[in-house]
Amino acid sequence: MSTQILMPALSPTMEEGKLSKWLVKEGDTVKAGTILAEIETDKATMEFEAVDEGRIGQILVPAGSEGVKVNAPIATLLADGEDASAAAAPAAKAAPKSEAPAPQAAAGAPSAPKIEIASDPALPPGTEMVMTTVRDALRDAMAEEMRRDELVFLMGEEVAEYQGAYKISQGLLEEFGEKRVIDTPITEHGFAGLAVGAAFDGLRPIVEFMTWNFAMQAMDQIINSAAKTRYMSGGQMSSPIVFRGPNGAAARVGAQHSQDYSAWYASVPGLKVIAPYFAADAKGLLKAAIRDPNPVIFLENEIVYGRSFEVPKLDDFVLPIGKARVVKEGKDVTMVSYSIAVGLALEAAQKLAEEGIDAEVIDLRTLRPLDMDTVLASVKKTNRIVTVEQCWPICSIGTEVSSQVVAQAFDYLDAPPGKVTGKDVPMPYAANLEKLALPTVDDVIAAVKAVCYRS
Amino acid sequence: MPDAKTAPNIANAEALKKMYADMLLIRRFEERSGQLYGMGLIGGFCHLYIGQEAVVVGMQAATRPEDQVITAYRDHGHMLATGMDPNGVMAELTGRSGGYSRGKGGSMHMFSSDKKFYGGHGIVGAQVPLGTGLAFANKYRGNKGVCLTYFGDGASNQGQVYESFNMAELWKLPVVYIIENNQYAMGTSVNRSSALTDFSKRGSSFNIPGVQVDGMDVEAVEAAGREAMEYCRAGKGPIILEMKTYRYRGHSMSDPAKYRSKEEVAEVREKRDPIDHFASKLIQRGVATDADLKAMDSAIKARVIAAADFATSSPEPAIEELYTDITV
Repeated sequence: MSTQILMPALSPTMEEGKLSKWLVKEGDTVKAGTILAEIETDKATMEFEAVDEGRIGQILVPAGSEGVKVNAPIATLLADGEDASAAAAPAAKAAPKSEAPAPQAAAGAPSAPKIEIASDPALPPGTEMVMTTVRDALRDAMAEEMRRDELVFLMGEEVAEYQGAYKISQGLLEEFGEKRVIDTPITEHGFAGLAVGAAFDGLRPIVEFMTWNFAMQAMDQIINSAAKTRYMSGGQMSSPIVFRGPNGAAARVGAQHSQDYSAWYASVPGLKVIAPYFAADAKGLLKAAIRDPNPVIFLENEIVYGRSFEVPKLDDFVLPIGKARVVKEGKDVTMVSYSIAVGLALEAAQKLAEEGIDAEVIDLRTLRPLDMDTVLASVKKTNRIVTVEQCWPICSIGTEVSSQVVAQAFDYLDAPPGKVTGKDVPMPYAANLEKLALPTVDDVIAAVKAVCYRS
Repeated sequence: MPDAKTAPNIANAEALKKMYADMLLIRRFEERSGQLYGMGLIGGFCHLYIGQEAVVVGMQAATRPEDQVITAYRDHGHMLATGMDPNGVMAELTGRSGGYSRGKGGSMHMFSSDKKFYGGHGIVGAQVPLGTGLAFANKYRGNKGVCLTYFGDGASNQGQVYESFNMAELWKLPVVYIIENNQYAMGTSVNRSSALTDFSKRGSSFNIPGVQVDGMDVEAVEAAGREAMEYCRAGKGPIILEMKTYRYRGHSMSDPAKYRSKEEVAEVREKRDPIDHFASKLIQRGVATDADLKAMDSAIKARVIAAADFATSSPEPAIEELYTDITV
């Protein structure tokens, strides 16, 4: 009886990948450990080994196929003495054409929800837009700023030779050399402090944390040294530095690798905190962060890295820090969101539109300073607010936004503010529990209906 | 590797007298600070440097203008040694607008970009990666500056110190780690807190050379400092100098120092005081007379009184200062 060889998941967030190359052919005998193929994920090209012994029956997915879903059959494996031609038919049935992975137009990770996104008013009319992943937008921002200013350098774990643990710094070592793209030892407290010291001297470090979870090791240097020095020195000394990396939950990596630190950093005077969703914002705001004379916390999201969005094709696209953006206009309710949850809010808005609720969606983009003017103007129009975010509920950004709305626009509200967040638990590993711990589109829809008194 | 016993090479009498005057300025300044603290004019924590003066003065005598200095919170001596104005330092202690941080930093948080003094840090050991980063900047810019990174025997047990050692040696950064071993981490003696009490060996797992220096002998410190800085400037990477020193006062003004005997303190003052010891040498060698030294003392006392007057008459910061210098 032949068995199927399935497309493997090679990272916690991988949903599909490219089958770049077969290293075996039909009829080859393989045993456990034989390298079968090379598979390209959005982060790396990896070799894929056989687990069982046998003979390759039929190759179902040709080399070069893109967008092959995890768990799709890619080949059959024949047991001893089994006939390849005999096995071919059932194998083909097992993978009917409709399910067979076909190269997709949009390669890579899942695309963002389809909804009309309001164009950025900051852009000159007629600007050409280029579909770009958030990953590439971040890399382009760093590369452009490093070309512009010799004092800008990147340091962090695996940023140079490995090309970035999440491939954000791809190509930077080649262009800028090891003086400016620096692999550090695994020593977050130490290299964060070292970078702050270099910033005291006027250099412009970009510090990549492989994930923000590891930055808790460096918290003292970020808060006590970077954020407070300008104040403590009466304005004499400062640390123009960017700390960046993926924040919040990835997928199935458990409690210690899934925390969202938005509210922690946003509470600290002396810092600026940015948490973009769209690729254009990632690029324009990272460039602004690198030029900013203050320490900037730049919170990215691993799940969003592979999403593609339009980025304006401009020589020097820099966005202002501290400005929220209305990404979808609406009249019935205001949804205030940031980072990955903007995707949830937009998806919910689309479904709500089908039910006759016209939601306005605001992407805060910057969490400190908070652009409350944009939020308040919207709430005064819609009279209802729901905050949507992935972080824990207690003392969240949404809590702060709602508190300010209640204090400053109480008379405009037709309902108490709604709040959608992650659950108040450490992130569980089990797939079903993890799903429950994270906010969903249905949660958002329910919260919006509640403030609209609709069922 | 520098040899702590290298013969003093500062033949120049003026330079010797300057070192004496610099130590005395710190001593008198700290005595006055203690007094102002007792009067309630200085608040919070105030960590006096009395007894350790030879360390910063000897090291500073070995520096060049491009070198940077960073330390923890027992920092008044370091600031005066770099040439920062006693008025500005004292006014910061009293929390006044004439202070280096316009009253917003206090005793533990003062800076001078002009004198390349990078603080003034209140978290034990945090200045060590920061100083390593200043050295990184020197290498990045390709200048010949060396960062003098001071920390105590207490900070020597912090993890980030060793994270810094590793990167400094890996990247050959021009940093002199000066461990001021005054024998007590607040109230805990080195014997009770440190598995290896020879701090000059603390870099051995990273191949960082270390030297023990008599931190009560300003000339020995200067000689060791000069050699250490030459080592760094030659691109050989970091080096450790363990300064065997002693503080006479408590850890801070609020520490009664019951963890050591009065006799222990008295004995150091009697036999090893860096200022008295150096005074005798100067007289013995004919560099200065007793009268010269007394005249210097009077001038320094007057300078410190003027600083205290400035610090107590300078106005408190304007209330608008509450919200300035946070982000720009």
